[in-house]
Amino acid sequence: MMRVWAPPFLLAILLCALSAGMPILEPLYEWVQPDKQQVIYERDSFLFLLQNHITLVLISACIGTITAVAGGIFATRPAGRDFLPLVSQIASIGQTFPPVAVLALAVPVLGFGEAPILVALILYGLLPILRNTLAGLQGVDPTVKEAALGMGMSPLRVLLQVELPLAGRVILAGIRTSVTINIATAAIGSTVGARTLGDPVIAGLVNGNTAYVLQGAILIGLLALTVDSLFEAAE
Amino acid sequence: MIELKNVTRRFGQAVAVDSINLTIETGEVCVLVGSSGCGKSTTLRMINRLLPHSAGEILVDGEDITTMNPEKLRLNMGYVIQGTGLFPHWTVARNIAMVPALLKWPQARIDERVHELLTLLDLDPAIHAGKFPQQLSGGQAQRVGVARALAANPNILLMDEPFGALDAITRENLQQELLRIQQQVRKTTVFVTHDIDEALKLATRIAVMDQGRIIQHDTPENILRRPASEFVENLVGKQDRGLKLMSLRRVGDLMQRYPQPVNPEPGVEGVQEDDSLRLALSVMLWQENGELPVFNGEGAKTGVITRERILQAGA
Repeated sequence: MMRVWAPPFLLAILLCALSAGMPILEPLYEWVQPDKQQVIYERDSFLFLLQNHITLVLISACIGTITAVAGGIFATRPAGRDFLPLVSQIASIGQTFPPVAVLALAVPVLGFGEAPILVALILYGLLPILRNTLAGLQGVDPTVKEAALGMGMSPLRVLLQVELPLAGRVILAGIRTSVTINIATAAIGSTVGARTLGDPVIAGLVNGNTAYVLQGAILIGLLALTVDSLFEAAE
Repeated sequence: MIELKNVTRRFGQAVAVDSINLTIETGEVCVLVGSSGCGKSTTLRMINRLLPHSAGEILVDGEDITTMNPEKLRLNMGYVIQGTGLFPHWTVARNIAMVPALLKWPQARIDERVHELLTLLDLDPAIHAGKFPQQLSGGQAQRVGVARALAANPNILLMDEPFGALDAITRENLQQELLRIQQQVRKTTVFVTHDIDEALKLATRIAVMDQGRIIQHDTPENILRRPASEFVENLVGKQDRGLKLMSLRRVGDLMQRYPQPVNPEPGVEGVQEDDSLRLALSVMLWQENGELPVFNGEGAKTGVITRERILQAGA
């Protein structure tokens, strides 16, 4: 048990330590970018950016999970059966739509700031979860459902005690994919004024400061690894 | 008692079950037999309302099932299906306890019942209760399926080709087991199969179905002796009928009994009172013997059976 939770725990400590103590690595960045006076991103603290980044992903993951799982359940019920082809198509086609395009469409409506990136993250994160919810629920052995119903379980009980537990692993894998993708996607939010770990990356690209880019990228990567190993442990 | 009155089921234009009438008396085993697509499974699934009927009336103990809550109706009907439908994420014990748990029995009573049922179905509670369904063999899994169906002591047992996917030996064993259990618990049973031998063996009455209709509803003996149509005649196997009739009758019916059971001489092979005449004749032919000793359940010799008697009166 302890061994499973050790990697995410260590990664999380490393992530926090690097966010708080980035200046310690100043010599390294000076070596990477010798021609700049300032090599450590200081417009905001990394801890603040990290916290904001996580909040964005967390909110979008919660809303996305609830919506996608509810949608997947609805489409596999007798009442929602007619929508099943439509929903599965949305789930598969939707992912070919780039998140940047969602951002570009959302900004005119919602303005700059956190709102458009939140919308993009929710919409984009919804799809892998929806797809996996459908796959998980449809993958439940029909004889098991038939037996459950035939023995007198109510349809709601069949869903809660049989279908969801059996589909749970697949649904969780969908949430994992969704969250990992969204950690990377959230960084794009910096282009429309959201405060995320993408800030140093964008600033570095604009100013030609590779050290900034590196700092943002390392933290984003580390966050993604931490969360992914967290899911790994949960499974 | 289950009564079907002019029950019809349509799927779109197709008529799966065509205005059938069928009465299943309390405690009897009614076997619906027919080739696939004849409407036998559809009929079964209408009785527990997994499928609604398009027309007609189904009564359980005099009450129209459409007026009853479907969950409540099903809780009183054990349901066994071919693929077992055991819950893969639950242990054997929890699978069996499903209906008692739905009925909110106290835990102690549930545990006791699970133990009792595993024993009844010849599974060792200590070994099997904690296993998961995928750790069981096909025959064991279906035993658990039957145990689950019996768990809350329902009045009715619905079985949809329960032994269809099992190998011949396991199937034979489970049929014997079912007969034994049925003698103890006397459930009103509706059993669906395409195997006429299984039907002859298990049924008190057989309903032969073809193209959504009941062709004949009668005792196994009458089905064999007086088939209502050529279809039934072919189904039971015209040429094979004599032997099949023999397999319906027990050695006990035709043997010459001693006034007192005696202790058998060791090493003598014979037959049991409960064995069929067909089996007795087969043993005689194999041993080239005109007479066999007959034993009762306790192993005491209770009489003899002769080849002449079987050939005279067997079929």
